[in-house]
Amino acid sequence: MSHLYLIAQIAGRAVAIDSEQVESVVDIGEVTAVPCASSHVRGLAALRSRVVTVVDTQSALGMAGGSNARRAVITHVEGHHYAMLVDALDDVAPFELLPLASGVALDPAWRNAGRGIVERDGEPILAIDLASLVPGHATVN
Amino acid sequence: MDDLLQEFIAETRETLEALSGEIVAWEAHPADKARLDAIFRFVHTVKGSCGFLDLPRLGRLSHAAEDVLAQVREGNRAPDRALVNAVLAVVDRIGELVEAIESGTGLDDSGDELLIAALEEGAEEITQATGPVGMRAPARSVRLNVDLLDRMMSGMSDMVLARNELARRLRQGEVDPTIEAALERLSLTVGEMRDTVTRTRMQKIDALFSALPRMVRDTAAGLGKSVMLQVEGSDVELDREMIEVMRDPLVHIIRNSIDHGIEPPGERRAGGKRENGRLSVSARQSGNQIIIEIADDGRGIDTERLIQKLVANGRDESQLRRLSSRARLDLVFEPGLSSKDVVSSVSGRGVGMDIVRAAIEQIGGRIELDSTPGKGLRIAIHVPLTLSIISTIVVGVGGQRFAIPRQSIEEIVTERGEAIRVDEIGGSPVATVRERRMPLIHLSDMLGLPSGASRDEGRQMLAIVSVSEGSYALAVETVLDNEELVIKPASPAVMSTGLYAGQTLPDSGLPMLLLDCAGMAKVAGLDFSRGEQIFEDEEEVEEAHGLPALLFRDLDGVRRAVPLAAVDRVEQVDAANVRFAAGRFRVTIDDRILPLAAHGDLEGLERINVLRLKDGTNEVSYAIDEAADIVVLPEEIAPAREPGPIAGVVLVDGEQIELVDMLWVFDEHAEREVEDSPPLCLISGDNDGWMASFVKPLLEASGYRVALKLAAGETPAVVLSSEESFTGGALAPVVRLRRKRAAGGSGDDSVYRYDRAGLLSALEARVSGKAGR
Repeated sequence: MSHLYLIAQIAGRAVAIDSEQVESVVDIGEVTAVPCASSHVRGLAALRSRVVTVVDTQSALGMAGGSNARRAVITHVEGHHYAMLVDALDDVAPFELLPLASGVALDPAWRNAGRGIVERDGEPILAIDLASLVPGHATVN
Repeated sequence: MDDLLQEFIAETRETLEALSGEIVAWEAHPADKARLDAIFRFVHTVKGSCGFLDLPRLGRLSHAAEDVLAQVREGNRAPDRALVNAVLAVVDRIGELVEAIESGTGLDDSGDELLIAALEEGAEEITQATGPVGMRAPARSVRLNVDLLDRMMSGMSDMVLARNELARRLRQGEVDPTIEAALERLSLTVGEMRDTVTRTRMQKIDALFSALPRMVRDTAAGLGKSVMLQVEGSDVELDREMIEVMRDPLVHIIRNSIDHGIEPPGERRAGGKRENGRLSVSARQSGNQIIIEIADDGRGIDTERLIQKLVANGRDESQLRRLSSRARLDLVFEPGLSSKDVVSSVSGRGVGMDIVRAAIEQIGGRIELDSTPGKGLRIAIHVPLTLSIISTIVVGVGGQRFAIPRQSIEEIVTERGEAIRVDEIGGSPVATVRERRMPLIHLSDMLGLPSGASRDEGRQMLAIVSVSEGSYALAVETVLDNEELVIKPASPAVMSTGLYAGQTLPDSGLPMLLLDCAGMAKVAGLDFSRGEQIFEDEEEVEEAHGLPALLFRDLDGVRRAVPLAAVDRVEQVDAANVRFAAGRFRVTIDDRILPLAAHGDLEGLERINVLRLKDGTNEVSYAIDEAADIVVLPEEIAPAREPGPIAGVVLVDGEQIELVDMLWVFDEHAEREVEDSPPLCLISGDNDGWMASFVKPLLEASGYRVALKLAAGETPAVVLSSEESFTGGALAPVVRLRRKRAAGGSGDDSVYRYDRAGLLSALEARVSGKAGR
């Protein structure tokens, strides 16, 4: 059964994001830092009249953060809105979610986020769960 | 009461609607326990409310139905068809009655007895024969669920922010005046809407208070006590949700007051109090918060017993003993202190004051205790006016802005101000603001932001922040603004820092964080239980040992001390200015004559050092040899053996120093005080001029104004007469003088003319008697 996925680039890699998790895709403006918060939290940004928490996905995946991406995928997790920074957006298309090939050992951070793979023109793309990248929700599932 | 009735009607109607399905189901399956329970609960609730609202007819019906249903629940009666019908008929009738009450129409009560009789076992099955129900009165209130209100509120908040955003965007470019006018209109409407929506969320605190009289009466009666309740400020408005949160804590506090605070009548009588305990509950709005105060005149909090209980629970006794009195009082909020060990019908429900405090803090409030042992306890609950729109102070640090709830800021001072010191004690910064020492948090350090130049230059601003445990100073670079902000909860990732209370989007369009003052204290590791004790003790030390005094060598060569507070200044005068005149030494200073007290010989001196002692309006000078030093007197004073110029002896650096008794000095030397408007004494019947020449100076020296004849419009405070038969006493009280030493009889209240003391005290008594009338 195929499903609509958003293909984005995070940390130089293509990932597939379930379109159900995506509320919108925006370019975020000025970010207010949140001192003392986890390094995954880039800060707060205003999105129209709403304040969203900006998540540095690269850092959340265990890589050196600090990408200067401005494009973000807005997702809604447990009553709060988050802007997940992405390097670029490639595509929106229906794909079929396939289980990870058995025996494939992902990097720990990716393993946490990974939900399966989708195949685009034969290239396997990891499907990730945005909620698992949200600090404070990472342990859910 | 009307409100309660409305509430009851609305509630009953709502339950009836929900119940109609249950009734039908019960009819089909009379053995269904769940349905039976639902109906039982309904009649039970109605019965309870009826007693309270004085609706005897409804009460009778619901009571009868409840009895029968209870029997069914206990299995004593089978729910046969007749019974089910009878109960349903009663439920229907309750519905009709409620409608009748609402519309204010009467309803024939002939059927009631029939319905009740039908509930009896073996009664004939009744047939439903209800007449047409009167038209429903138009509803004046509707019930909404909180969720809907919340959505409305947050929609409103969004609207405010959207308006701000729009205004900001428009301000960036040239704006067409017509657009500006439209925006203006929009702003106005949005502002009004916000007020209206806020009001839908607000409720009069009467909703909380109206049930108190009854509760207090019942609680007190159950304990054999009598308590007078005074309720004030019922029309103060509070967030409806907060009213709900406050309900249990308030009930708990009041029950505690009656159970533990107010003593039994016998004990009260023995303690010299009225037999009736007094309890006052008041609400008032103060700025952006509501203060609910519960005060009783009971025995207050017995901190000793608190400590014993906590020690029994395994706490370190010596540690508890070291606490300051205020910290000891706060022990009442310790968990595990529920009053369970004192079992009574009232308390001992397992809800401790810790739960009360937690509930209040959960809505952003705080609770304060003020206990006077033996006199009573006053509990003040401070709650914010609304949860969503908060008045804040915006501060700047490290180039970023943060909001602080105004409610928690006591005051803001500049670091450079007088009476402000910033020190470091054992590596932690401490601020001293007007003798009050408190921990200091540098906001820039706390948040890991670069500290600006203002810190090095000592130009920071200190916000004195009060949290429920104590106060601390928060150093910020700048204080920018004072803003009403719509605060929303931040995401868990932000809240987990423990430093922020929420987020907001001000007009600038840049999100801003609201600081959590209690959270910062916690993260900074401020320990108020210990800290406060240290600080308070230090204060006490200063106060107790803090009587500064001037040490001097007296004329007789003895070193003596006089309290510094009484010394106005030390001056040197020419001996020529000192005269022994009119019975005492007097000195001329600044063209005034001051009485001069001396403890030794003034002869042969050319210049005299003089202490000018001041006590309000009185001024006395005291000749000394020379001033020596300013010292702090110890607490212990060995008192003098008899009253005199020396109050006692104190030890200063191992030397015995005599302390001059200021009371004695002023009493002895001060000029008799002349009042601003001395009472007027009219001398009447002075035919031989004796009184004018002999009594008048005495009276004037004692502070009276004396007249032989009244000027127009004057009224004497007292009349002095030497005529035995003087009766002009309509003007003022009269003191009569007699020529004979012996009184003329038991009814004679006159005074012997040479009895100076008797005359003065009689005058004084009459004058003050008059003033008292």
